[in-house]
Amino acid sequence: MTAGHPATTGNPGTAAENQARWLIRGVTVPGDGEHGSRVTDMLLGGGSVTAVESGLNHSGARVLDAEGLIALPGLVDLHTHLREPGREDAETVETGTAAAALGGYTAVHAMANTDPVADTAGVVEQVWRLGRTAGHCDVQPVGAVTSGLAGTRLAELGTMADSAARVRVFSDDGRCVSDPLLMRRALEYVKAFDGVIAQHAQDPRLTEGAQLNEGEMSARLGLAGWPAVAEEAIIARDCLLAAHVGSALHICHVSTAGSVEIIRWAKSKGWPVTAEVTPHHLLLTDEFAVDYDPVFKVNPPLRTEADVAELRRALAEGTIDCVATDHAPHPVEAKETEWAEAAFGMTGLETALRVVQLAMVDTGLLDWAGVADRMSVRPARIGRLTGQGTLLAAGAPANLTLYDPAAPAEAVVPAGASKSRNTPFAGMELPGRVVATFLRGVPTVLDGKLA
Amino acid sequence: MCAATNPVAGRDGLAVLDAEEIRRALTRIAHEILERTHGGDEVILLGIPTRGVPLARRLAARIGEFEGLKVPCGSLDVTMHRDDLRLHPARALGRTDLPPGGVDGKTVVLVDDVLYSGRTVRAALDALNDLGRPRAVQLAVLVDRGHRELPIRADYVGKNLPTSQREVVHVLLAEVDAQDSVTISDDGRQP
Amino acid sequence: MKRHLISAADLSRADALLILDTAEELAGLADRPIKKLPTLRGRTVVNLFYEDSTRTRISFEAAAKRLSADVINFSAKGSSVAKGESLKDTALTLEAMGADAVVIRHGASGAAHRLAGWVRGSVLNAGDGTHEHPTQALLDAFTIRRRLTGQGGTGGREAPPCAGGPGGASPRVGTARGAGLDGLRVTIVGDVLHSRVARSNVLLLSTLGAEVTLAAPPTLLPHAVGSWPCAVSYDLDSELPKSDVVMMLRVQQERMTAAYFPSVREYSRRYGLDVARMARLPEHAIVMHPGPMNRGVEIAAEVADSVRSTIVEQVANGVTTRMAVLYLLLGGTEFPATEFPAVTR
Repeated sequence: MTAGHPATTGNPGTAAENQARWLIRGVTVPGDGEHGSRVTDMLLGGGSVTAVESGLNHSGARVLDAEGLIALPGLVDLHTHLREPGREDAETVETGTAAAALGGYTAVHAMANTDPVADTAGVVEQVWRLGRTAGHCDVQPVGAVTSGLAGTRLAELGTMADSAARVRVFSDDGRCVSDPLLMRRALEYVKAFDGVIAQHAQDPRLTEGAQLNEGEMSARLGLAGWPAVAEEAIIARDCLLAAHVGSALHICHVSTAGSVEIIRWAKSKGWPVTAEVTPHHLLLTDEFAVDYDPVFKVNPPLRTEADVAELRRALAEGTIDCVATDHAPHPVEAKETEWAEAAFGMTGLETALRVVQLAMVDTGLLDWAGVADRMSVRPARIGRLTGQGTLLAAGAPANLTLYDPAAPAEAVVPAGASKSRNTPFAGMELPGRVVATFLRGVPTVLDGKLA
Repeated sequence: MCAATNPVAGRDGLAVLDAEEIRRALTRIAHEILERTHGGDEVILLGIPTRGVPLARRLAARIGEFEGLKVPCGSLDVTMHRDDLRLHPARALGRTDLPPGGVDGKTVVLVDDVLYSGRTVRAALDALNDLGRPRAVQLAVLVDRGHRELPIRADYVGKNLPTSQREVVHVLLAEVDAQDSVTISDDGRQP
Repeated sequence: MKRHLISAADLSRADALLILDTAEELAGLADRPIKKLPTLRGRTVVNLFYEDSTRTRISFEAAAKRLSADVINFSAKGSSVAKGESLKDTALTLEAMGADAVVIRHGASGAAHRLAGWVRGSVLNAGDGTHEHPTQALLDAFTIRRRLTGQGGTGGREAPPCAGGPGGASPRVGTARGAGLDGLRVTIVGDVLHSRVARSNVLLLSTLGAEVTLAAPPTLLPHAVGSWPCAVSYDLDSELPKSDVVMMLRVQQERMTAAYFPSVREYSRRYGLDVARMARLPEHAIVMHPGPMNRGVEIAAEVADSVRSTIVEQVANGVTTRMAVLYLLLGGTEFPATEFPAVTR
């Protein structure tokens, strides 16, 4: 039942058009409401999925033996830090998107806290072009909400929306838009072009100098506490604001059970609120900080077992709409130091799907159809992306990833396509393996390696 | 310095000295100390922990019985002066308790249960050196089992016990072990 | 004994008693003509002090030298550290110099943990940020034991070696070998939230069987203090008559601007140990302070100078306790390379 190396046959040297056609044979496609989960063949050509049924004629197409593999629509990340421009020592658009493709992603949203900040059409278009040139996946730039992330004036949201980058998601991520009046104005303003404000919920006054979730661990380790209420209070306020002005609010990296309760309540009122959770918050707790290894230092911080359980439940039931990696690469010296001096953040693009399998699928909380929904369909919808996040059926864009859930569990090695090594999963055994990723019918990853 | 040299009865967990023989040996040593120190003049007894300490006390008691003389006694822990510290994990320290008069100008008789390589006594001499300047230092042991690695010898010996280095000598004293005996066994197996 | 001493939680009751009993033996050294032992001859102890603390540094230096170790002092000011050298690079330099032990005081919680992953020798935490200060807790426990259990209290005294001799053996004040602090009631007062001394003491004193109570305004207690092995009170006056030991912590004036308490005056009025409060203590009770003191803030001058106060002897006991720790960490087997489980990734 396990897939071997995908066999590719076909005639080399035929027309370019033929080389663009792929037959993916014996792949499992998760149920989609119309059909249940089934093993079938899939034909890709001209950038689209041309057919999904068994026994397809594959003359001229390259064949990929996908026995035992699951086909998911290409994953879409609503929250990634590509660091370019400004911090190319940690990551570039080239290396970050390569890491994304290896993780099964066909689109990533690049957060705005670069240097210079992505608060003008110029910077977002630069990032967008770098993504197109690299070609590993689509890069959708996120625009800053406030100028320079300073939290005092709105950035040129409309101009960014009209630019070639067609920005729809705006976020000061890294910082919280804490001024309630500014947050209200931003929510109102983006209604004009169907934009969404993605809030990094962290009350700055309650978290001055904070290092780790405020709880037993922080008390024991003597690290300044980061109370859950600092996140929950902002979420509650912003849900009420979004309801009041009738605009779309997205909550970044939800990390506490209390936050989940507030979001559940807001949704029950029909308010336009969506939310994401990171893979690491589905698996890790503040107990991992016991040896003060800053690889576990992240914003928002790792919380408790009870929070992890509630986040999993919320993702399963859809209260949390999607998984977003918050991939945050840092150079070695930023993490190889005392905890208080270290930078916040963890990488996550290459391990995301494996962590979700461990935390959600293998525990029976979510099936693969659910994974497709939470990691591709919904994030694309929230990001207002066209051509991404479409279920695999005839006529859909050929953005997909082939994943082997039965690959023998392997310990994560820090070295990957990303320039940075700050993964909290180093040495941990994770199941599964991304075997191939296709971007509009062209493979970006084959046999687990960049194509 | 005559010591009894009875042939050793048995080698495998068998008794070398029983309680009665230990008592006689200590009585003899007590008399010898008195003979060789002009009646115990300015003598103090220092036992090396663990079992040298009760032996020193018993000798002091015997001398008190014979001569009505109160010989000051105490204990001298040598752990911090050992030369083999780096070969074992750090050991717990024993008590060092000097009699009120100190050691300066005294004849110090060190008391221990077994004399073997001589390194414990060397450490005791170093420790004593840091405490003061005795007039003379002598050594009393219950058992001398040979195999000296340093030029050290005992002045008073309860029993000379030729041994092989494979063998282990077990000294049990009532104050510590609820019985009095000296036994010998192969390779450290308990009798 | 373990290879490092980073947290008081590293010590079992047996470990802690071993240290206290060893210190008890080493205390006699001060009365001898030669106040030195050869035990750590040829070993190198490095004092790596990123925070200014002359008193603690000298205490460790004296302890190491009395055991004949070589001492190298490395203070942050005016060194490569001031020029931005990372803790890791400093650690590698010390490794290259062949340090057998590094005594580290640092402003960041966890610095000792990180250091232990980068050096092969032993790491002794002399205070890391607001995390722990285990040797302070040990000298505090030693002081309490000497003062309160030595004279036929809860600890047993060994009989002197022999009944003979004029005057018998010299009486030992506070000798209570093998005894813990069982049943003693200790009240720790002050800024617990930011105090590494408090954290270490709560752990160690409860390991030794004492009943610990923290008395402080709610703002100066950790959010999760309920999970600690101690009781909590906001009312110092109600705790005083029940306390065998009152341990005062230093309160920094900067906490006022961060809204932990409204004013120094109000803090002192509600939580300061003044003469009136001292009078409410049981007669045998002692007053402790890790130093340095803010006279007039958390402790009145008259209290600090009273006969109940152990503040001066805590300093002497510091040297003895640190000698015991250095001996037990270094006085035995040399450790093989890279034995500590990898902290770095």
